[in-house]
Amino acid sequence: MIEFLIVLAILLLVIAFVSAPLRRGGGAHMQAPSSSASQLEELEAAREAKYREIRDAELDHRTGKLSDEDYQAIDGSLRAEAVEILRELDRIGERIPS
Amino acid sequence: MALIGRALLILGLLVCLYGIAASVYGARSGRQDFVVSGRRAVYALAALMTAAFAILEAAFLRSDFSFNVVAAHSSTTTPTFYKGAAVWSSQEGSLLLWVWLLSLWSSLVLVLTRKRVREIVPYATAVLLGFGGFFTSLTVFFANPFGTSATPPPEGAGLDPLLLHPSMMIHPPMLYSGYTLLTIPFAFAIGALITGRLGGDWLAVTRRFALGAWLFLGIGIVLGARWSYTELGWGGYWAWDPVENAALMPWLCATAFIHSIMIQEKRGMLKVWNASLVLSSGVLAILGTFLVRSGILESIHAFGASTLGVPFVTLIAAMVASSVGLVIWRRERLRSEARLDSLLSREAVFLFQNMVLVAMVFVIFWVTFFPLISEAITGTKVSVGPPAFRPFIVPLALVLVALAGIGPIIAWRRVTAANLTRSFSFPVASAALTLTVLLIASDASARPLALAMFVLGAFVLGTVTQELWRGTAARRAMTHDPLPVAFVQLVRRNRRRYGGYIVHAGLAALLIGVAASSSFQHSRDVSLQPGQSARVDGLTIRYVRATASATAQKISFGALLSVSQGRRHLMTLVTSRGYYPAQDASLGPIGRFFNGASDSNVGLSAGAWHDIWTVIHPDLTPLQPLISQGDRVFQSAMAAEASLPAAQARQGLGRLWQFRDIAISEITTRFVTHPWPVEFLLIVSPLVTWIWVGAIIIAIGGLIALWPFPMFAWRRVRAVSRAKRAAPPRVPARETA
Repeated sequence: MIEFLIVLAILLLVIAFVSAPLRRGGGAHMQAPSSSASQLEELEAAREAKYREIRDAELDHRTGKLSDEDYQAIDGSLRAEAVEILRELDRIGERIPS
Repeated sequence: MALIGRALLILGLLVCLYGIAASVYGARSGRQDFVVSGRRAVYALAALMTAAFAILEAAFLRSDFSFNVVAAHSSTTTPTFYKGAAVWSSQEGSLLLWVWLLSLWSSLVLVLTRKRVREIVPYATAVLLGFGGFFTSLTVFFANPFGTSATPPPEGAGLDPLLLHPSMMIHPPMLYSGYTLLTIPFAFAIGALITGRLGGDWLAVTRRFALGAWLFLGIGIVLGARWSYTELGWGGYWAWDPVENAALMPWLCATAFIHSIMIQEKRGMLKVWNASLVLSSGVLAILGTFLVRSGILESIHAFGASTLGVPFVTLIAAMVASSVGLVIWRRERLRSEARLDSLLSREAVFLFQNMVLVAMVFVIFWVTFFPLISEAITGTKVSVGPPAFRPFIVPLALVLVALAGIGPIIAWRRVTAANLTRSFSFPVASAALTLTVLLIASDASARPLALAMFVLGAFVLGTVTQELWRGTAARRAMTHDPLPVAFVQLVRRNRRRYGGYIVHAGLAALLIGVAASSSFQHSRDVSLQPGQSARVDGLTIRYVRATASATAQKISFGALLSVSQGRRHLMTLVTSRGYYPAQDASLGPIGRFFNGASDSNVGLSAGAWHDIWTVIHPDLTPLQPLISQGDRVFQSAMAAEASLPAAQARQGLGRLWQFRDIAISEITTRFVTHPWPVEFLLIVSPLVTWIWVGAIIIAIGGLIALWPFPMFAWRRVRAVSRAKRAAPPRVPARETA
């Protein structure tokens, strides 16, 4: 009998915990991710990756794996790509209400 | 408590089914409340499985033999440490461990992604709950860990003595952590493919989990190898056993993924390849679990034949079909955004390395499953062993080590000939020096493949040393820090890069150990009497005397061996073989103590240059007449006692058991007092220690690359994003090292 009551209590706890978001007033108040927000997230990941690439290229140069000319060329193109990502981020950021 | 445990499992299954439905509905309808509810289902599953696991663990710790699994896998005499770990020595307990770990890791990733990749998360949640539901249903319908007996036995069967080893207790949770962690990138890949969100963000979320899976699987594999080396009594650490291979395949696949993911992050290339690798790793993780559980391939590690084959094959088929289908469906969005600039670039080396790793997986898969394939085609199960793997794996491993050396010294995108010469000078010189020394001072030339591995290993070590030195020097030139500070700062600021390099150094050390120990091992099977000796690789090993001991749990026959070189005594080794009483009474009151399970206690002296490894295989034939005679005497005495009134019979049997213990003790003493010849396996194996040292270095490198762990990384990301809200992002200034 005690075991049955314990199981019943656990069952009620699980139902209460899992269904809490549904009981809080419906999905209308909980914003689904917009496509702009998703794009923003992808661009932020791309920006971080680009920054890492710029840092890696610099470390490669400092440790002698890239010549000065190669480094200038690679770094220039990486920074141009980073600026492009930042511009895109600004464009999308403006579309998302704060 | 068993009823509660069973109810928790059924509740867990219902929670999984609800969570899958809620997550998919939430994703399709845009109802975030259902998405959150689905996520909460994962947390609820984790709580339920934690409680279920705790109930089973408690039953083992208090030796509650009313639980069938406890009676079958533990006993009152099992040491407490092993009682706690005996849970996963059973099929039922190990499945519960699997789903428990899965629920914990799933909860962790969902906590970390509450505000990230929000389109992908609901589908990933559904996939993770799908795995949870599958494994929970196995424990509900096929392998119930909470099965009870109305008449519990007074004593359990005990833990398999081969599992009474510290590494065996950590090994399964490590492997299962690896397997369950691999389902996370799989789930997110499925989510990314369904939603078409195939940018770098989902990779960033799952990268650490893939790295964690790789680390845990690696630790599990090495602990298994260590157990094999010190417990199984055959002198090796890797037998290309199907279950060993089952863990190695996803590990190799994850290794490929961890490298190729960087190319997608940096260049937007290899999207199809990366998606395929992640999905394959997930499938191989389930395949590995299936091989251990189903018993379809013979293995010392497997749980034996079971009824789990059909559900597992169904799951694997569903995973493969959905993976292939989704990749084909999304092939347009998976197009590469860039092309290789040059074949002389790090991305080209990574790509080549990926191909080598996948080729290794293919070879291992093919040879492992060849017995089943041959049986399906010809009706005959053809057994294949280690020789079938070596012709393919050894050359591929050599290429892999070479690439592990080339990768770190070659830049991304492109390199010039002058830089290439500068970068390769020191590593190539290290390799050339090693080659020269080995050719002059050793017989390594007799084994060209091993020699090649030593030379390439030196090349890798040269590469890593050079990179660490150059990086530290660059950092020091910039900050003027003392050398150790500059080194620590360099690694701290570039954890992925230098953690990876340290892993490469560990891999080189490990493979050097493997090449040396497998190519230059000296091994002898000898039969010795006390006082006799045998020579192995210039060492004299003398059988000094026999040893024996008898307790209620174990009878042990052993030997004391003296190892010397010339006239110099080097060490004394002790080896023994333990015999555990069988539960089968038909083996006789005395005989059952000598005919149960047995294990080996290896006499091992491990050193930086070589291991001296010995094991005894005592021949019990000379003791057999005494054992048979004892069985006859005690059986007739027991029959006589049984005919007496109950109280007298109990008293008489009590006395009889005392006499039986004395008889067993006398029989074991015979082993010491009579100089019977005993079989020994004597092995002198070079550089084995470097396998374990290499593995530790790999684990350290992996931890450096993984750090900060997801929880801390998440906090840091939040702090950084708060800071960034105050100021617009800027392209970093030119200062890194």
